[in-house]
Amino acid sequence: MKLVTGIIKPFKLDEVKEALRAVGVQGLTVSEVQGYGRQRGHTEVYRGAEYEIDFVPKLRVEVVVADGDVTQVVERIVDAARTGKIGDGKVWVTDVEHVRRVRTGEVDADAI
Amino acid sequence: MELDSGNTAWVLVSAALVLFMTPGLALFYGGMVRAKHVLAMLMQNFFAIGLVSVLWAAVAYSLAFGGTGRLVGNLDFAWMRDLAGTAPPGVSLSIPPGLYAAYQLMFAIITPALITGAVADRMRFGAWAWFCGLWLVIVYAPIAHWVFAPSGWLFRRGALDFAGGTVVHVNAGIAALAAVLVLGRRRGWPQTAMPPHSLPLTLLGTGILWLGWFGFNAGSALGADALAVQALINTQLAAAAGLLGWLALERLRSGHATTLGAASGAVAGLVAITPCAGFVGGMAPIWIGLIAGAVCQAAVSLKYRFGYDDSLDVVGVHLVGGLVGSLLLGCFADTAVNAGGRDGLFFGGGWGLLGEQTLAVAATMVFSFVLTTVILVVLRAVLPGGIRAGEEEEEVGLDLSQHSEVAYAAERA
Repeated sequence: MKLVTGIIKPFKLDEVKEALRAVGVQGLTVSEVQGYGRQRGHTEVYRGAEYEIDFVPKLRVEVVVADGDVTQVVERIVDAARTGKIGDGKVWVTDVEHVRRVRTGEVDADAI
Repeated sequence: MELDSGNTAWVLVSAALVLFMTPGLALFYGGMVRAKHVLAMLMQNFFAIGLVSVLWAAVAYSLAFGGTGRLVGNLDFAWMRDLAGTAPPGVSLSIPPGLYAAYQLMFAIITPALITGAVADRMRFGAWAWFCGLWLVIVYAPIAHWVFAPSGWLFRRGALDFAGGTVVHVNAGIAALAAVLVLGRRRGWPQTAMPPHSLPLTLLGTGILWLGWFGFNAGSALGADALAVQALINTQLAAAAGLLGWLALERLRSGHATTLGAASGAVAGLVAITPCAGFVGGMAPIWIGLIAGAVCQAAVSLKYRFGYDDSLDVVGVHLVGGLVGSLLLGCFADTAVNAGGRDGLFFGGGWGLLGEQTLAVAATMVFSFVLTTVILVVLRAVLPGGIRAGEEEEEVGLDLSQHSEVAYAAERA
């Protein structure tokens, strides 16, 4: 099992969600995060005072998938989240040792 | 003068409009502070409504408008005595005297409230409570007497102030400067970014201020007549021109026209037209507003050059805008608009009025600056907690540390 984590632009969430639903992904966790990559931040000006805003708002989407589905899920997220402009985000995959569904106690692949 | 029901009706409405400016000011400022300090800002303003109203009835109205002294009033109207039925000496009214006292109260509320924008984010609530009351009695009441009461020394000399350019804006603006010098900078200023947390609140507050200002200026005609109409037109045109003047210069200097700039420019125009509203006509309010908008836009940068932390630019907008308006009145005043006024420099009146206006603002600035400093230095020495919130209190936010509340419960920040 793998954990697929994507950092995406907030307005791309709906497209990512639909793309994942289309390939049968059952659940998704979303959190609001802040950060910067090559895009860096931006400048805001209030009454002539310039503020460097280093951290821009992003969404982190996380989904646990079976090993065989990883490539497809990553492709779907990347395609749906892309605008082609700097700041589109990143997707990475990590190993997951163990999964348990709380309600039924199902384990690993059955719990995904 | 006979009581006039039309005049009374208009001043009744105006009093309510001017009262509404203080909650408007609270939102104007509240949107500009960070989320952890917004309730403290709103509270300082609402508290001023409570405290000033009670002190006004007790002694402050009488100190401002009682008696015939040159420097300060007396206690003839103290504790509400004769307040409802007797006009202040020398004031001729076609409205009930009690309404005059109530209308003037609304000005007395917003004047100390203006100072909250300068001391934002770091003053202890208890210290604000003491300061607000003492400042009303020691600073506001005498200056209101000098300028508004017919026996006051600046009134006698012929200085003009239609609705409070000197008494309200120059007075509060210079007091704001004194207060931030005694209080010191916010922790982290100017290295740390302290951007506004809600510009929509600020713009809503600006709208309320703009609405209320019709009561402030047109109400100061104390009648429902042509003079009130002239004041209302002047108010609208100066606010509009102030907005445009600020945005034009801002766009030129930093590349963007901002919503905060639009709000600030409108307020700068309103501040500047306040002393002039019933004494100028024609295109004058547009020139006054444009000049005020541009000059105040430039003036808000002064705090970075001189290193005083005037959090929300009370000095840059109210002191500078008040000075612009009070001095331009010496140029644009026209007796064809108001026979009770004087002619300014541009209308054949020579330098006389400009000289009196200069003297009036200079006297107000010296008196207010010195006494504001004294009040705060004394409070700092005698109050057990001093006047400044502690480092940790400031860090977690005045909302939690002073009032045990948070504004936006979902964020808990």
